[in-house]
Amino acid sequence: MSAFYIARSSAVAARRLGDEYVVMSAVDSTLYTLNEVGAVLWEAADGRTPLAEIVARKICAQFAVDADTALRDAEEFSRSLGQRGILLISSAPILPPAEEQVSRAAAVAAEQVP
Amino acid sequence: MTTPSITSAAGTQTARKKTWPGLTICIGGLPVRFFVEDADFRALLAGRYSSFLRPDIRSDSDIEFEICAVPPGSLPGPEDLEVRREGAVWLLGRGDFRAEFDLRLRRGTLRLAPNPYSVDTLLRIVHSLLLATSGGVLLHAASGIRNGRGFAFSGVSGAGKTTIARLAPAGVQLLTDEISYLRRDGAGYRVYGTPFSGELGLKGEDVSAPLAAIHLIEHASANRRHPLKPPEAVRKLLRNTLFFAQEPELVHSVFATLCDLAGHVPVYRLEFQPDARVWELAA
Repeated sequence: MSAFYIARSSAVAARRLGDEYVVMSAVDSTLYTLNEVGAVLWEAADGRTPLAEIVARKICAQFAVDADTALRDAEEFSRSLGQRGILLISSAPILPPAEEQVSRAAAVAAEQVP
Repeated sequence: MTTPSITSAAGTQTARKKTWPGLTICIGGLPVRFFVEDADFRALLAGRYSSFLRPDIRSDSDIEFEICAVPPGSLPGPEDLEVRREGAVWLLGRGDFRAEFDLRLRRGTLRLAPNPYSVDTLLRIVHSLLLATSGGVLLHAASGIRNGRGFAFSGVSGAGKTTIARLAPAGVQLLTDEISYLRRDGAGYRVYGTPFSGELGLKGEDVSAPLAAIHLIEHASANRRHPLKPPEAVRKLLRNTLFFAQEPELVHSVFATLCDLAGHVPVYRLEFQPDARVWELAA
């Protein structure tokens, strides 16, 4: 199975309310409610941890679900939020903009080293 | 010379304020002072907002607007309400008024054909912007105080706000039948009276009380009340929130306030029939 990374979009506002999250799209102010499992995925979506690892460590550890089913559901859920611009999805780790800039600057600097 | 003003027109405020009498309208504890050139219009405003007038004592933290009367039909710009920001300055307008407002300097100018409804609209917009940055919202809701506790009844047009207000029993002090003013207050929220009235034409009262509950109202064949989980409450409250700006930063502030509100104040779905017993169920 190919790697799958998820990161929270910076273009949303989100608040935990009890076990759930309410997420607002900055594009059209649409509200999304994430249930308890969705909330766990949301909080773990750091762009660095593969989804499979998040599912194994966070979902399967807390909820009565087998790993394959949980991962399939998590991918489907992530793609759904990705289509709405709520989550970023990638087959490679997703760096936050600042880190990305630093990383690019470092790459440029490395290229310039004789 | 550097003029610390939002526009060249606003830059003349200081000189004009010395000659134009001020009128301070305080809603939700936030005073907005108007310097009005036209004495008749000033008297009209004083009558309309009589319950919300404050002694005209200047404070640097107050919002100040200079009102210039113009002939009807002479204002450029769109007929529909427009609220947008250019840099630090908010440009607000409709066919009947144009305003520029620097939220940072808390100063603005308003040009209008003398009409108190234009001032009413301006006040709603300005307060919605102020509240967005200070933990409050304007909510489409009737509200009242009973036994020292505030209750809001929120719904879109036709949901029954005016009906609920009409059904209020003796001892309920009605705050509004149209737009309620909610602000963070310590560990909870307060609901304030507003001059923004609906069909009842209430003048409103400058009073407030701790907000005990919000009811999202709908007509039904019986009186029933159902508690809402905070996420659903936020979703429904957002629909009933009066907010005019599109800036993501402010929209997110309103969203954060609604989340906080739903986490601190019980929110119910209230089905009701036009029967005074609904107040016994709700308050």
